[in-house]
Amino acid sequence: MAKSFSNPVVRWIDHRLPIFTFMDHELTEYPTPRNLSYWWNFGSLAGITLVIMIVTGISLAMHYTPHVDHAFASVERIMRDVNYGWLIRYIHMNGASFFFIVVYIHMFRGLYYGSYKAPRELLWILGVVILLLMMATAFMGYVLPWGQMSFWGATVITNLFSAVPGVGDQIVTLLWGGFSVDNATLNRFFALHYLLPFVIVGIVVFHIVALHRFGSNNPLGIDTRGPQDSIPFHPYYTVKDMFGLGVFLIIFSVFVFFYPNFLGHPDNYIPADPLVTPAHIVPEWYFLPFYAILRAVPDKLMGVLAMFGAIAVLFILPWLDRSPVRSGQFRPIFRYFFWLFAANCVLLGYLGAKPAEGTYVILSRIATIWYFAHFLIILPLLSIFETPRPLPRSISRSVLGGGAGGMAAATAAPREKS
Amino acid sequence: MADTHPEESRRDFLHVASATMGAVGAVAVAWPFIHQLNPAADTLALSTTEVDVSLIEEGMSITVMWRGKPVFVRHRTGAEIDEAETTPLTDLPDPQSDADRAPNPQYLVLVGVCTHLGCVPLGQKATDPKGEYGGWFCPCHGSHYDTSGRIRKGPAPANLDVPDYTFTSDTTIVIG
Repeated sequence: MAKSFSNPVVRWIDHRLPIFTFMDHELTEYPTPRNLSYWWNFGSLAGITLVIMIVTGISLAMHYTPHVDHAFASVERIMRDVNYGWLIRYIHMNGASFFFIVVYIHMFRGLYYGSYKAPRELLWILGVVILLLMMATAFMGYVLPWGQMSFWGATVITNLFSAVPGVGDQIVTLLWGGFSVDNATLNRFFALHYLLPFVIVGIVVFHIVALHRFGSNNPLGIDTRGPQDSIPFHPYYTVKDMFGLGVFLIIFSVFVFFYPNFLGHPDNYIPADPLVTPAHIVPEWYFLPFYAILRAVPDKLMGVLAMFGAIAVLFILPWLDRSPVRSGQFRPIFRYFFWLFAANCVLLGYLGAKPAEGTYVILSRIATIWYFAHFLIILPLLSIFETPRPLPRSISRSVLGGGAGGMAAATAAPREKS
Repeated sequence: MADTHPEESRRDFLHVASATMGAVGAVAVAWPFIHQLNPAADTLALSTTEVDVSLIEEGMSITVMWRGKPVFVRHRTGAEIDEAETTPLTDLPDPQSDADRAPNPQYLVLVGVCTHLGCVPLGQKATDPKGEYGGWFCPCHGSHYDTSGRIRKGPAPANLDVPDYTFTSDTTIVIG
């Protein structure tokens, strides 16, 4: 499989360390289904966003001071005195939100097109692990500016663990390194906030290895059956990803340069005060659906379990949806439930931002029950009762129309998969 | 040939134009991340230091901090001034007259950083070795400076720097 490179230095290195062959194999000739839509841009986009977060984050860490007396002022110094500090911090701040936007779209893509189904179960599970790590990283990063929302967010979220029966208080003390959120907490959160992105990079490598084992799923949800169904990753999808990246960066720049604090909360520009809780504590928008689930359950322990369960259920999703058809395009009933589920998630996000009172509580409970029912009742039942529409014979036949695809299928030898 | 293959030349143009714009964009993005390493506004704002020289006895030196570095202010004795002024410039590796280095010969102001590799030379305290020329001696690699802070012997390539400073009154100097 070794490719002959024209550059002698490249050839010399590649003979000893086949890094160029590897890159050529995985990034250039890598056969990719020819029918991927723009929904498939969000994987590479998430990877690029991760790089943006790491580069801006390391720059910020060069100026940040993880101490309760200096953290807030050091962030303000970054904003006012450090060259381009305002830009780097606003990219990092909004980058967190956009990372979640990209990853959530990436996940809904997977949910709709059945990308979690065999043989891609581990690929999906690794993705959920990345989501969990992202949430932990984002939460701890939000604590670092040491504003009011940082402090009280940290207090509320770490107190979730006090719901653990028996040893809850000890666990919380362990997390804090003291008897309240204080300097020790800030220090360890900074250390972990710096570490976890690199753990994410490691899991992303596994995610990509698992992806390249069977290749991307596609809008039809059927396997590639031969060379006529796929095109090389480069230049076709590198160009498509670059175009998508350009569109993404334009939208991202609008936020960074014109509405940098739109997704944040003004209370976090008040220095942390352990004696005064803000009237209305709201997590960052990307946690709101889970926050709504937490508050919907009237019992402390059960609420915490429900919140974590909302993520945990994603781990077993490949075994809840037993329908052999991957793509929602060919599942007439699933499609409606998918959009209902998506709308329900948006509703949960809305409710998470509202105070926990009156009709909001009742709506939160209905939406929470629906969230779990979708995974635990609707998907398993659909697997049994839904009659999927007939699947196309091949990707090429579907893309190119019956004639050309049929001819290509007839002439091309079936490709050995492994 | 571009003339006979117009399609190819257009594509080539697009490739070159795209790559060029990409390079411009990459540089534009890289610059903030490089420039953030430069001194911040508050660091630049702290770049002057005021010194009251009336408290320095003749023959004594004090060390003050300026931009994170030591600055030597020496109230020189008549003998030290004589020695500095009478040294022939031909004896100096980095020729400079004492009048250029100390407009007011009584007070010599120097950045106390050896021009070799950045150590702080000895000679400020009465008990310090002052080197063979009675000024300062850098213990790191053995550079000898005279009573005008000029390099006389050793690996240092240049005289001790004289910072920009002005006398705002008879007894006060502002460095920077």
